[in-house]
Amino acid sequence: MSFLDQDERLIDLSEKIDLVYSPIVDIKNFPEAVDVTLIEGAVGTDEQLNLLREAREHSRIIVSLGDCAVTGNATALRNTVGENNSDLVLKRSYVDNATIQPQIPKQVPRLLKQAYALHEIVKVDFYIPGCPPNADLINYMIMELVSGRIPNIDSKFKYG
Amino acid sequence: MSQKTVRLVIDGKEVHAAEDETILKVALENEIDIPTMCYLEGLSGLGGCRLCLVEAKGMSKLFPACTTPVSNGMEITTNSERLLKHRKKVIELLLSERTHICSVCVANGSCELQEMATRFGVDHVPVVRRWTGFELDMSHERFVIDRNRCILCTRCIRVCDEIEGVHTLDLKMRGKDAQVIMDLDEPWASSYSCTSCSKCSAVCPVGAIYIKGKSLAETKNRALPEFVFERRKR
Amino acid sequence: MKPDELSVIAERESELRKSFTNRINICCSSGCANLGALKVLKAFEDAVKDLGFEKKCKVARTGCLGTCYVGPAVLIEPGDYIYMGVTPEAARQIVNEHIVNGRPVKNFLYASEEYFHKQNRLVMKKAGNIDPLRIEDYIAFGGYSALLKVLTSMTPTEVIANVATSGLRGRGGAGFPTGLKWSLVANAIGTPKYVVANLDEGDPGVFANRTLAEADPNTIIEGITIGAYAVGAELGYIYIRGEYPLGVQTLRKTLDNARSMGFLGKNIFGTPFNFDLELRLGAGAFVAGEETAILASIEGHRATPHPRPPYPANAGLWGKPTLINNVETFGNIPMIILNGGSWFSKIGKEGCTGTKCFSLTGKVKNPGLIEVPMGITLREVVFNIGNGMLEDGKFKAVLAGGPSGGCLPESLLDLSVDYDSLTKAGAIMGSGGIVVIDDKSCMVDTAKFFITFCMEESCGKCTPCRIGLVKVHGILEKITRGEGTLEDLVLLEDMSNFIREGSLCGLGQTAPNPVLTTLRYFRDEYISHIVSKKCPAEKCFREQEKEATET
Ligand SMILES: Cc1cc2nc3c(=O)[nH]c(=O)nc-3n(C[C@H](O)[C@H](O)[C@H](O)COP(=O)(O)O)c2cc1C
Ligand code: FES
Repeated sequence: MSFLDQDERLIDLSEKIDLVYSPIVDIKNFPEAVDVTLIEGAVGTDEQLNLLREAREHSRIIVSLGDCAVTGNATALRNTVGENNSDLVLKRSYVDNATIQPQIPKQVPRLLKQAYALHEIVKVDFYIPGCPPNADLINYMIMELVSGRIPNIDSKFKYG
Repeated sequence: MSQKTVRLVIDGKEVHAAEDETILKVALENEIDIPTMCYLEGLSGLGGCRLCLVEAKGMSKLFPACTTPVSNGMEITTNSERLLKHRKKVIELLLSERTHICSVCVANGSCELQEMATRFGVDHVPVVRRWTGFELDMSHERFVIDRNRCILCTRCIRVCDEIEGVHTLDLKMRGKDAQVIMDLDEPWASSYSCTSCSKCSAVCPVGAIYIKGKSLAETKNRALPEFVFERRKR
Repeated sequence: MKPDELSVIAERESELRKSFTNRINICCSSGCANLGALKVLKAFEDAVKDLGFEKKCKVARTGCLGTCYVGPAVLIEPGDYIYMGVTPEAARQIVNEHIVNGRPVKNFLYASEEYFHKQNRLVMKKAGNIDPLRIEDYIAFGGYSALLKVLTSMTPTEVIANVATSGLRGRGGAGFPTGLKWSLVANAIGTPKYVVANLDEGDPGVFANRTLAEADPNTIIEGITIGAYAVGAELGYIYIRGEYPLGVQTLRKTLDNARSMGFLGKNIFGTPFNFDLELRLGAGAFVAGEETAILASIEGHRATPHPRPPYPANAGLWGKPTLINNVETFGNIPMIILNGGSWFSKIGKEGCTGTKCFSLTGKVKNPGLIEVPMGITLREVVFNIGNGMLEDGKFKAVLAGGPSGGCLPESLLDLSVDYDSLTKAGAIMGSGGIVVIDDKSCMVDTAKFFITFCMEESCGKCTPCRIGLVKVHGILEKITRGEGTLEDLVLLEDMSNFIREGSLCGLGQTAPNPVLTTLRYFRDEYISHIVSKKCPAEKCFREQEKEATET
C-alpha cells in the first residue's frame, strides 16, 4: 500500500521500470535476473523462507521494505515466547483462542521456529524502515537505484 | 555560580568553564550538541549509555562527556568518525538487547532511542537480537512497567531516589539480566514506598514505564517540573 | 605500645625461637587446610607430645609455602626441609625419623628444587615461617619496626619519596606508580581522607592475595598503616571477598590483636598519629574489585564502577580523597621502608621493580603460588618453576592476567613478565593469574570460556560491556557449533574493539583480550572451525556429533 502512496509519481516510475513479479503479477515462479527486488514482511514460514532465498539468488539488489522486513515488527512478537515457539503459537491462536472447531491447520506452510527479519536470513543491500514505510523514501530509493546511484537515506528516514 | 576560570577547546571552539562543570554542560552552554541518553539534567551522572563519549587530545581513552569534569587546556572532539561509529553501535546494541518493536509501543514517535536511531542512521540492526519475554507488571492502578523495553539507563531509579527521595526503584541482578524492581522486587501495587508521583514514567526515555491508557505523546505535554521536561521538550 | 617495647618483644621472641632445636611449620592456609592440614597439625602435636619433646621441638600452624598442589605442606627448620602430601600417619614417621634421628624422610620430601630456584620470595618471605595469628611471631621477624621507623623518624613526604624511589607499581593490575598515587592523595584537598586495601580478588583461579592475607596478615596491616600516615588518613578499610572465610577470620583476629597491642588506634607508638582499620566483606562479584566499585560497595551501594575522572584520589569514599591499593602493594611497603627505596629499585627490571606473586595453574607439573622478580620470562615460569607440561602434553599457550588476560603463544615464551611487555603483547598483568594451556585445549573454546565469565560478571551499567559481550559470546558460540562464517571474524574483531574502547571500567576494557589475542596468535584455529569445520583439539562439535548419532 505504501508503494501505491507514491501516487502520481507511479506514472513516472512505470516508464522507468518493468514490474516482473509481485503478489499481483500473475506468474508462479520467481523470474530470473531481476535488477531490484523490494521485499516486505518478515520471514515466518518455510514457504516465505524459500521464496526469499530464491529472490536473493535471482536479484542483484534486495531492498528490505518496511518494518516487518527490517525488524520483524509485530510478526516477531511471537519470538518473545521463546525459541522454538511455533507449537505454542499455533496452539494459542488456533486452539486456546478458538470459538469454534479448535484445531491446528495442516494445509498451511509450516511455521519456522522464530520470525526473522530479512537480513537475518540473506544478505540485504538496502533498507527502508518505517511502519508504514514512507512513500517519498520508497520513491527516492527506487529512483536512485534505477539511475545507478547508491541511495543514502541517512537523513531521510525515521526508525520504526 | 563559581567563576569560569577553566579554558578549554571543544570542537575547535575556545570556551570557558567553571571548575566543577562537566564537558557536557559546557558544551550545551556553548551550543555544541553532544547526544545523550542516560543523562538527565538535575540527576546525578551515570556514564552508562556511552552515547556521549568524546575524545580528548593526547589520550587514547574516550570519556563520557556527561560525567567528566573539565580541566584546563583540554582539547575535546565530539564528533569524529570513530565516535559516530561508536554511537551507531551503541544504538544498535540497545535495539538488539530486548524486545523493541516500535509499531506497538506507547513511546512510538516520542522515544529517545528511536530518535537516536534515526539520527545516527541505524536503518536496521545488524547484530543478533535477543527476544525477551519478561512479564509486564500492570498491578499498579496508574502505571505499567514493561521491562522488555527497558534500556537500563536508570533515570527512573535516580529520579525516584534523588528527586522524589523515596528510592522505590532499584536494580536486581547484573549484566544482561539486570531489571528494574520496586522495593524488594514486589509487584508495583504492593510497593510500600511508592508515592505514585509518576516521575519515573516522565523520565523514561523509551516506553518501559508509562501511564496506563495513555501514549507518551499525550503525557509529555503535561505540566511537570522543569527537570523532567528538559529533554522531552525538544 | 611504646617504641622500646617493640624491640623487647622482638628479642624475647627470637630467644624463644632459638630455644627450640626444631620447628615444624604446618601450612594451614585454605589450600592445605582443604587437604586435611588441621589433622596433620594435630598428629604432629600428638607425636611431639608423646615423645615429650615439647620443649625442644615447636609445632606451629603457619601460612602458605606456595606448593599448594601437593599439600598439606610442612616445613621443618633448621634446614628448610619441605614435606608434601603429609598424612597424619606420615607426621608420626617424620617426627620419629627426622626430629629424633635427624634423617629426613625421603618419600615425602619435596623434590622439585627448581620450583624455588627462580623465585624470589620477598612479600611472602615470612609466610611459611610464622604463625599468622601470633603477632609476636611477626614482630620477631622485624614486624612493625617499619611502622615505628616511619612514625618516629620520617615525615609523610619522606615516606612518599621513599616509595617513589622504589619504583613500586600497583599490584592490582594496572600498574600505576604507587609513589605517585600516594602523593596525589596526600596533596588532594579535603578531609577526612581514607585508605582502602583491595582484597577482592574475584578472578577465577587466582589466590595470591588470599594467601598473603592468610599467611601474613600483619604485613598488610603494617603497610596500610604506613600508607595512611603518608597520605594523612585516620580510617581505613580492608575490602575482602566474602568467599574467603579463613582470610576474614585471620584478618579479624589480627586486627583485634593489633588494636590491643597498640599498632592501631589512638596515638600509635606514643605519636600523635591515630589510625584504625575496618573490615568490609564483598558479596562475590568480579567487578566489585574495580576500585570505584569497591568504594560504592563500602558506602553501601551496588558494587558498580563509576566513570573516572574524578579519580578516587580526589573524590573517593563519600567524596573524600581516598587511597586505594591492592594488598600486595601494601605488603611491599614495610620492606621498602626498612631497606630503602633504592634497594628495592634494584630488584626486578628497570621501570618495573620488585617481585610479583602469581597463581600458576593449568597444565604444568608444579602449579602453585609463586613469587618471581619482575622481568622473568614466561618460559622460566612455565618450564623451570612450573617444571614443564603435565603428562608431557605439548605447550600451546599461556593465559596471562586472569579471565581478561591474553593468550600468548609459544613464540612469545621469552617475553619478559612486566606490565609494559604484557600489555604490548595483548595480555595484562591483572591480579596475577597464569594459566598454562596444552594442545588438548581449543583456543576458540578457551576464548569463549573467558568471555562467558566476563559476560556473566558484567555489572550491566554500560552498554558496550553489557550487550557487546553477549554478542561476542554469540559469535563464538556460533563458530564452535560449526556455523561460523569468515565474516564473523570481522564482526568479532569489530565488536571486541568497540567494547574495549567504549566500556566504562576495566572489566569491559580488558574483557575482549582473550578474543583479540587468540584472533591474533591462533587465527588458524578459528579458520579451521569455520572453513573445514574441524576443531584442532577435537573439543568442539562433539555434542552435535553425539546428537547426530543418536537420531
Ligand atoms: C574488573 C576489575 C576487577 C578488579 N579486581 C581487582 C582485585 O580483585 N584486586 C585488586 O587489587 N585490584 C583489582 N582491580 C584493580 C583495581 O581497580 C585497582 O586498580 C587497584 O585496586 C589499585 O591498586 P594498585 O594501585 O595497588 O594496583 C580490578 C579492576 C577491574 C577493572
Ligand atoms: S549520556 Fe553520558 S554516558 Fe549516557
